[in-house]
Amino acid sequence: MSEIAVRVGGQAGDGIQSIGESLARGFSRMGLHVFGLNAYQSVIRGGHVWFQARASDGRPESPGDGADILYALDRTTVDVHAAGLRSGSTVIFDPEKFALAASDLPNGVTPLGVPTLEIARKYTSQSILQNAGGLGATAFLAGIPLDLLHQVLTDSFGRKAGDIVAWNVGASTDGYRFAEQHASPNARALSRRGAPKLLMTGNSAIALGAAAAGCKFLAQYPMTPASSIMHWMAAHSTQLGVVVKQAEDELAAINMAIGASFAGVRSMTATSGGGFSLMVEALGMAGMTETPLVVVDSQRAGPSTGLPTKTEQGDLNLMLGAGQGEFPRAILAPATPSEAYRAMIDAFRLAEEWQTPVLVAVDLHLSENYMTVDREEIDLEVPVPSLFQVQPNGGSYLRYQYTPSGVSPRAIPGQPGLNFVAGSDEHDERGHLISDIRAGIPRWISERQQMMEKRMRKLHGLAANAPAPVLEGPADAPLTFVAWGSTVAAVRDAMAELRATGHPTNLLRFPTLYPLDAEKVAALLGKARKTLLVEANFSGQFGRLLRAETGYQFSHRLLKYDGEPFFPHEIVARALEVM
Amino acid sequence: MADTTVAPKATTVGTALPLVGKTDTKPTWCPGCGDFGVVAAVEMAVKRLGIPSHNVVIVSGIGCSSNLPHFLSSYGFHGIHGRALPVAEGIRWANHGLTVIGTGGDGDGFGIGAGHFVHAMRRNVDLTYVTMDNQIYGLTTGQASPTSTMGQKTKSTPNGVIENPIDPIALALASGATYVARGFSGDVKHLADLVAKGIQHKGFALVDVFSPCVTYNKINTFDFFRQRVYKLESAGHNPADLVAAWQRSLEWGDKIPIGLFYETDRPTYEDLEEVLSAGPLALQPAGLHGKEKLLDEFV
Repeated sequence: MSEIAVRVGGQAGDGIQSIGESLARGFSRMGLHVFGLNAYQSVIRGGHVWFQARASDGRPESPGDGADILYALDRTTVDVHAAGLRSGSTVIFDPEKFALAASDLPNGVTPLGVPTLEIARKYTSQSILQNAGGLGATAFLAGIPLDLLHQVLTDSFGRKAGDIVAWNVGASTDGYRFAEQHASPNARALSRRGAPKLLMTGNSAIALGAAAAGCKFLAQYPMTPASSIMHWMAAHSTQLGVVVKQAEDELAAINMAIGASFAGVRSMTATSGGGFSLMVEALGMAGMTETPLVVVDSQRAGPSTGLPTKTEQGDLNLMLGAGQGEFPRAILAPATPSEAYRAMIDAFRLAEEWQTPVLVAVDLHLSENYMTVDREEIDLEVPVPSLFQVQPNGGSYLRYQYTPSGVSPRAIPGQPGLNFVAGSDEHDERGHLISDIRAGIPRWISERQQMMEKRMRKLHGLAANAPAPVLEGPADAPLTFVAWGSTVAAVRDAMAELRATGHPTNLLRFPTLYPLDAEKVAALLGKARKTLLVEANFSGQFGRLLRAETGYQFSHRLLKYDGEPFFPHEIVARALEVM
Repeated sequence: MADTTVAPKATTVGTALPLVGKTDTKPTWCPGCGDFGVVAAVEMAVKRLGIPSHNVVIVSGIGCSSNLPHFLSSYGFHGIHGRALPVAEGIRWANHGLTVIGTGGDGDGFGIGAGHFVHAMRRNVDLTYVTMDNQIYGLTTGQASPTSTMGQKTKSTPNGVIENPIDPIALALASGATYVARGFSGDVKHLADLVAKGIQHKGFALVDVFSPCVTYNKINTFDFFRQRVYKLESAGHNPADLVAAWQRSLEWGDKIPIGLFYETDRPTYEDLEEVLSAGPLALQPAGLHGKEKLLDEFV
């Protein structure tokens, strides 16, 4: 697998994400797979932000461990990133902004001064156009063809008025030509390889997957890193016929979604841990009223406000235990945008079939970073059956009928002859309360027990129908990684590195965190020669769940809770230590 | 597909489908509770409008009064404390062919649910919210509520309430509700008129009801209100006049107004939500079949 990584850094407000996205898109249109890391802070202006596009003829699933080209819009970027540059790399900067000599940089790293501001002044007094010159020079070094870069810029600025497209195309050409005259492309630069790929963030894949699954209603309150799910859906609301409601708070968001689902549309909400904490009571109501619901928790580093722009997998305990009492739920955990797309379809299917809340556990790293997907991985033709399935039989309709599966026939308001009341209080098969004058009366004590058992039976069905654990890599490898969510993707990259150095490993990944088929999981873990649990939290929350479910105890763990994603070298180093 | 046709919000009597009536679940309220008058008025109003019971959804939160959906034969959603309105809004947006009535108490709506109350009104969601305001927490056995009177002694305020009460009428006027009324459960016929007009009104309709708690509130009793209430419609009040409505909302003491304070015409949230112009969301097609072009934006 050959790769090249390009990094661009500056202050918030400089347009770093836009430059980075253009580079990532340039690569993906070359038919390369890309991982685009968008590292930012909780400030709108200032600070230090950076974007890295890592392109490969293989399939990178993590930011990787180094860069080959650094476009530094300020001196701080050089200070922060110089040490992460591989030998043979180049730092692009504008000498008009700050001085940089080869002696300021590690051995093997070359500075390339590009007059980006001077180029910009040819076209406009708006200094932001400097980015186009810098982008052009960077593209040249990265091996992105100029015509492709022009297409990318035209597509992204095409909607803007006036000369903006022409300026960007002109300035990027000047930067590209300047670099051509003063430098050579990086030795790692890759050439075109077939059809363009789709470049998606986890959140756009989540929103797209929800729409494909038949979601018609999204209620959400803004919270990083979940907000862009709402942004994508809102931008496509009219086109796709999905109502998007920015609610007054997360309490309203989840209750609105439950109301809409009750009234016959597939509904969801999305948030991060803080908002999810507010949703907890209503989550139990969805379980109790047996209303299908999909909730996305895009985790960020906690506790409390924590690190709003940094990643973590610290909410698993919360998701497992959210809500008083006990009710069935499932928790899915995709690793990549491609998997996130399918996880949303699974989530809506499971919520609908089992009439209970399904949580989708992602994190900032998956939500906000970019990965390429092959077009054929996104199948939009998802069956979306009608929700109006129950027919009145003229008799007494039992909304909460005891059934072997625990699933009862669900009528939708507006259907004649099936009127019922969905109650958050404990109720009988008709939905009538057994919480007040019936509570504690022997017949109703038994009804309560039966109703609990009916609801909880759905856990068997969920476990049997949710995506099962997957073993990737050679079955007899001396080391088995155990991971979930976006961490899986970083482990895959580490496994490739280990394989290349003669250390085969395999990976037991869990697209469903709960419920688990404990016997099957115990058998899978039992077959592993040695295991290494990798999680982005302090206490190894999933490891504890696996121990509770199977008795299996991990003796080797790699836990990270500094807010940063896993980088392959960290996993490789720990694996070699354990092996 | 089953019959999912939905009646317009208000139609004349004549449909063969059953109207809303009482269920075989008897209210568990204390004998003499004000809420009996409210459930009777809601039943009377919905019946009078001739809306078939399967097209009515009554939504509530938690509290004595929030048990109301169980006593009427429509669809119902008996949710959690304070969250009746967001559930009701979700139902409206999923199927705006349904008649949605929120019910609950002062603690539910003006205490724990106050935020939702304000926002539902500014959105002008087309639903009717009937609050059974007894100025006390009943189901939790007698603590102060957001509408309890200054100085009132309750279990949680043995030395008397030291917070100014919320005025739901003034709050509704300030928040942009387009139908603002107050009823008294001691006058069921008058209350039923207010509820029926609220249902017919296009937009958010608040009907705040003096619904005395006979067990825990010894101040705001049936007699207290009988001696004080007067009807706005008999007092020459013009409900189109917002300033006059404000003035009336501030009246409290020997004379307390009931009736319609304010009504105005403003587009509803459902009118302005473009997606809903294609009909009830629940009946619209779902999924992305044949929308392959959508993927082009990711290239």
